[in-house]
Amino acid sequence: MYRYDQFDHKLVTERVNQFRGQVSRRMSGEMTEDEFKPLRLMNGVYLQLHAYMLRVAVPYGTLSSVQMHKLADIATKYDKGYGHFTTRQNLQYNWPALEDLPKILDELAEVEMHAIQTSGNCIRNVTADQYAGAAADEIDDPRIWSEIIRQWSTFHPEFTFLPRKFKFAVTGCSNDRAAIRVHDIGIELVRGKDGDVAFDIHVGGGQGRTPMIAKLIGEAISREDLLAYLEATLRVYNMSGRRDHLYKSRIKILVHDIGAEEMKRLVEEEFALVKKQGVLQLPQEEVDRIRAYFAAPDFETLDAECPELDAAMASNKRFAAWVNTNTAQHKQAGYTIANISLKPIGGVAGDASDAQMHVVADVAEKYSFSEIRVTHEQNLVLAHVKKSDLLALWETLEANGMGTPNLGLITDQIVCPGLDYCALANARSIPIGQEITERFADLDRQHNIGELKLKISGCINACGHHHVGHIGILGVDKKGTEYYQVTLGGSADEITSVGKIVGRAFTEHEIVDAIETIVEVYLDLRESPDERFLDAYRRVGIAPFKEKLYADN
Amino acid sequence: MPIIKKGEWVSDEWISVDDETDLPVEGDVLVSLTRYQENAAALTARAGKLGVRLEASEPPEAIADVVGSFDLITVDFPAFKDGRGYSYARLLRERFGYTGELRAVGNVLRDQLSLMWRCGFDAFHVNQSITPEVFAESIGELSIAYQPTGVTKDTVMNARHK
Amino acid sequence: MAQHSNKLAKIQAVTANRLLDGHVVYFTAEGQWSDWVDDVVLADGKEEADALLAKALPSVETRHIVDPYLFEVDQEDGKMVPKSVREKIRMAGPTIRLDLGKQAAVRS
Repeated sequence: MYRYDQFDHKLVTERVNQFRGQVSRRMSGEMTEDEFKPLRLMNGVYLQLHAYMLRVAVPYGTLSSVQMHKLADIATKYDKGYGHFTTRQNLQYNWPALEDLPKILDELAEVEMHAIQTSGNCIRNVTADQYAGAAADEIDDPRIWSEIIRQWSTFHPEFTFLPRKFKFAVTGCSNDRAAIRVHDIGIELVRGKDGDVAFDIHVGGGQGRTPMIAKLIGEAISREDLLAYLEATLRVYNMSGRRDHLYKSRIKILVHDIGAEEMKRLVEEEFALVKKQGVLQLPQEEVDRIRAYFAAPDFETLDAECPELDAAMASNKRFAAWVNTNTAQHKQAGYTIANISLKPIGGVAGDASDAQMHVVADVAEKYSFSEIRVTHEQNLVLAHVKKSDLLALWETLEANGMGTPNLGLITDQIVCPGLDYCALANARSIPIGQEITERFADLDRQHNIGELKLKISGCINACGHHHVGHIGILGVDKKGTEYYQVTLGGSADEITSVGKIVGRAFTEHEIVDAIETIVEVYLDLRESPDERFLDAYRRVGIAPFKEKLYADN
Repeated sequence: MPIIKKGEWVSDEWISVDDETDLPVEGDVLVSLTRYQENAAALTARAGKLGVRLEASEPPEAIADVVGSFDLITVDFPAFKDGRGYSYARLLRERFGYTGELRAVGNVLRDQLSLMWRCGFDAFHVNQSITPEVFAESIGELSIAYQPTGVTKDTVMNARHK
Repeated sequence: MAQHSNKLAKIQAVTANRLLDGHVVYFTAEGQWSDWVDDVVLADGKEEADALLAKALPSVETRHIVDPYLFEVDQEDGKMVPKSVREKIRMAGPTIRLDLGKQAAVRS
């Protein structure tokens, strides 16, 4: 994975000192809260319901074992012994004190980590496909390009006070595991005319109050033009995006208001001028330098078949279920991609204790070249595990509450922190998620239901991605009481769709039954066990679900 | 409100004239973009230097071909969160070739100075608390940059591939 | 400033977060900030509430707290009980981690 050189080190160290100065000016009274707030946000520090929250960047979701150990140590030393992995592939601490933050950042800097641009109206941490470098279907490793974008966007002086926050996601193949079409800019690596890697630039996707699917604006942009094209897009947005209304200032609204064609015209006009200046050309030697860090690890030459794995699966049903749901095909024979579920039944989606983080760091060191990925679905991934090591890996995970065989199933939910932690939330998300996992705890039942992406947000900001859940749940507040609105048919993959509201909202006590009703309707009407929930929904529409849910009215 | 230019406090010799007031016979005048556009010929012919005020809603394309007429361009930041002026500065410096004084005015705070500086501003209308020492400290906090912008020609990438 | 109380609210009190650690605090009759909701001073009606909030504001200047605001309170069996779910959660801690927050602490 990428390692800092002297320049990266210097910048991060200087940034910690800059922030230390800002905190001290706030504590001494030189700065008011109004002045400090945007500065602390720019470094990932929020004030939530119970305490401050620190969001640590995990660039494109890639971590080393050393970094994971450090995250665990910080959780022990400065927080309450746990962290929360987010849909932006980052990690959040829920209880740090303001005065400890500079020390935490010092410790992060020791392992080449930081909280730069994890909030604020700037270019946020770049996310990417968690199977990068391992997937059989990728054109190129998205981490290389994500790192290039990370550096270009870090402390970009022109784009630090954009109309609103700005999120990038990058996928290395047409099978989209990074939800690129619901990002401000989603990049798909494609083959250009010359056979080289090129970039399809999707602009103006997003969730929140007004969900939008990104439009393909730039097609097969070449390597040397990538940064110039991105700079042109950001400049058009910075100069023309709305600033008069919080809810109308994302780039998706600009693209929607002027139309994709006009957006493309403006970007191309600006791109031609940026390109003419020439200074932003991305040289091959820099790409090569960064690519070298992401070279494939030293894989052993192995058979694709692994009889010991087959035997272990035959004798252990739960392990077999885990292999079937939680592993994915690796490009190298004899290896597999292992997903670590952070969604135990009754647990808090995405939370990991310090002890669990240490375990993950250790198994990554032992079985997967000391590298870990965080997924936007709030799980972890070991990208390069020998099939013959899977049983030992799973036994360790299982013994530490991380061996749940539920990837992609109804209990593998995206859940935002909601009103249990978040100052913006209207309703709690986590307990609803927990109750649903408990209701569907039976593994055979979950596997019978098959792939079903359930996503829960505690407010319309949609951090829980409810708009793109096959089933989405949105918490709303009605006069101080929590209600839950259900949407159906959303999806965040290469065929992105926004879910439709099924009808009136449910109370806290009704919502789990409602979800069960929806699942029962699906099971009744599916044509075969192979027809996924989403496929069945797309075939029959919302009516049968609505009918059953509101039968008594 | 003092002005810091190239790191030093300087006195403001410019006469800022609103759109309704007659121009003074002598002295360097600073006018709005509207006034410049309505009276370009007279303003350019006048003795004394000429400056123009750009509001946040006035992109600099309007003066792209005539930047040489000005010795001062001010760009307003109505709120520090309104970052349009950063793009304006880069366009003026890097695309339109403006070499005169480029002054940030409005809500110009200590922690924005280095960003403005890197986009090409060389003068700042600031409050009293921003002494030349504070200014130098602020500008120096991050000593290297990844992006080629404004005054930053020596990027990290250039240093890596010397 | 945050406003989490409705316009017809009758009995209200003032809460905020402490600057140094961000923890939830409540404004007391002595003009101090307490960790415990039972220490709040109550205001009856809009006029009293506005006056109470005004009295709390100088603590922002002195950098004790940030973002003070009014919230609605009921008294049940001599205990102060915030009306909204949000304020109930702020008072106690996350409902899914009973080992954390004020609910897990013992008042000394």
